[in-house]
Amino acid sequence: MADDLINSFMTGPDENGRFGIFGGRFVSETLMPLILALEKEYEKAKTDASFWAQMDDLWTHYVGRPSPLYFAPRLTEELGGAKIYLKRDELNHTGAHKINNVLGQILLARRMGKTRIIAETGAGQHGVATATVCAKFGLKCVVYMGATDVERQAPNVFRMRLLGAEVVPVKSGRGTLKDAMNDALRDWVTNVRDTFYCIGTVAGPHPYPAMVRDFQSVIGKEVRWQLAEQEGEGRLPDTVIAAIGGGSNAMGLFYPFLDDPSVRIIGVEAGGHGVDEKMEHCASLTGGRPGVLHGNRTYLLQDDDGQILEGHSISAGLDYPGIGPEHSWLHDIGRAEYVSITDKEALEAFKVSCRLEGIIPALEPSHALAHVMKIAPELPREHIIVMNMCGRGDKDIFTVAKHLGVDIAT
Amino acid sequence: MTRIDAKFAQLKAEGKKAFVSYIMAGDPDLGTSLEVMKGLPAAGVDIIELGIPFTDPMADGPTIQLAGQRALEGGQTLQKTLDMATEFRKTDDTTPIVLMGYYNPIYNRGVDTFLADAKAAGIDGLIVVDLPPEEDVELCIPARKAGLNFIRLATPTTDDKRLPKVLQNTSGFVYYVSVTGITGAQAAQQTEVAPEVARIKAKTDLPVIVGFGINTPEAAKTIAGVADGCVVGSAIVKEIAAGKTPGEVLDFVAGLAGGAHSA
Ligand SMILES: Cc1ncc(COP(=O)(O)O)c(C=O)c1O
Repeated sequence: MADDLINSFMTGPDENGRFGIFGGRFVSETLMPLILALEKEYEKAKTDASFWAQMDDLWTHYVGRPSPLYFAPRLTEELGGAKIYLKRDELNHTGAHKINNVLGQILLARRMGKTRIIAETGAGQHGVATATVCAKFGLKCVVYMGATDVERQAPNVFRMRLLGAEVVPVKSGRGTLKDAMNDALRDWVTNVRDTFYCIGTVAGPHPYPAMVRDFQSVIGKEVRWQLAEQEGEGRLPDTVIAAIGGGSNAMGLFYPFLDDPSVRIIGVEAGGHGVDEKMEHCASLTGGRPGVLHGNRTYLLQDDDGQILEGHSISAGLDYPGIGPEHSWLHDIGRAEYVSITDKEALEAFKVSCRLEGIIPALEPSHALAHVMKIAPELPREHIIVMNMCGRGDKDIFTVAKHLGVDIAT
Repeated sequence: MTRIDAKFAQLKAEGKKAFVSYIMAGDPDLGTSLEVMKGLPAAGVDIIELGIPFTDPMADGPTIQLAGQRALEGGQTLQKTLDMATEFRKTDDTTPIVLMGYYNPIYNRGVDTFLADAKAAGIDGLIVVDLPPEEDVELCIPARKAGLNFIRLATPTTDDKRLPKVLQNTSGFVYYVSVTGITGAQAAQQTEVAPEVARIKAKTDLPVIVGFGINTPEAAKTIAGVADGCVVGSAIVKEIAAGKTPGEVLDFVAGLAGGAHSA
């Protein structure tokens, strides 16, 4: 299948930035020339060996790539079925996969002569990664963060400020990732000449979904050779699983396996209090409909009148009413499956990871782990699951403590 | 010929600049905004822009964001916005109405259904902020086929190379956004606007209307003076937000219209 271009799932997006009907460039005229210029620069960089050499060098010496592919023996034993590997992107510098993408975008910004970087952030991981790389390169950095998230991810707010970034709390809406993205776009429309918008996930107008996917694909590419090293030449995972906020860590893991039909692909959305008509969740694919927001067409949580709903998740990084357009396409054509996990299930998985593997996970990958815990026991012992452990839980200990009824505030 | 084309022909014959006003449908409530809307022509408004409220108005500043929130909290829907036009048309069949907003509420209703309903309600044109020419097949082309004008924004980032693409399927008029920024931003200087308008007019016969940041009769006069007219939005919405009565809001509008018409 991989050799058959006509049937390849890896050729998107088309020249209009579409994955099927999803994606596109739904932005105001002011921004249109900017995203066209970015697309041009990215197309040039993509085939420029020196660009990738620079990326590799930074990934190796600054981020600490490749991240380990770790066989989780006690977790595997406890669940009693499939063999479970964790892709340890939580060990990256700054504690999540976000920096893989940020480095790429900041190098592009430098190539384009931009001196001011803006970003939106939910959990704060993308904001911290952006602030970090801006500090490293001496660039001005402004991070928009929903006021609710500023509160529930306080350690990351402090980190960003230590790194010299300006953190702007966004009070509109419910003060989460969606609102932060609105204000980042408003900033960009206002500061078009010197500013580069560093988007943290596979969403936004073309070329962002494809570009961020390409930068994050380092995750899946590493998994391919790392698994072959540990399990034997040519051995592919049977299932790959990742949590989805906007979908960048998931796309990064999935993309290199799209044309391997034997690999089952599962994305895990945030089920919040449960995926039902109360809409207190962030499961865009399981509980939403196609619509247009933040520059692309994709599945969105919305009401009957096309107004965007706020959703809910215990995890700030998953608290987004949309999803990257490529996921919407993979969902519609059936190449990937999408499921949801509730707050409660994620918290349970969080505790299991701590106790059995000595890994304190972020709440985002805890959702992926909760689904692994559901399916692994029913699978044969030779079935290999690779789950993306895309972030560490340092930022979440206050949230978790609160939910466990423990007071750790001093 | 739409009501918009007819209006510009009439203004041209009279040697007058156009004054375009924006209000948010349903702000602060349906009754009040309909009362304001009905009074706009008598206050001197040549073309009415009626905002469709949306939860995520990415190109709007705080003033219009809050107006949209008030409208949505008051239960405004796309249907109720179309009903306002229907109601308005019972007593005014000449003042053009342009719906302005974002694509999702329209896409959600279904483009064909929306266009038929808008036409039936007496809508003349559409301004959809997040539909650049690259996405013309979505709504612009179908709208023109349905007999509605699709009015595009040109901005300071629209360079000469791109301008023809922006103008290509535009009809009714061209809306020149005089600053890079969100609605309610600082106004541009007349000296900056004049050459930009000339640059656009060199490429099109359509009237060029300038907006963003105009908030006084004097500014309306100077900006309209270097274009075919001007648009005021946030300044009017601010009056509504301050709790002014429809009469007071319309007095304020009349002042702005007077400024534009004296240009
Ligand atoms: C650790 C972690 N995982 C996942 C996400 C969700 O983003 P995405 O779906 O783009 O990977 C975030 C976002 O903040 C995160 O911090």
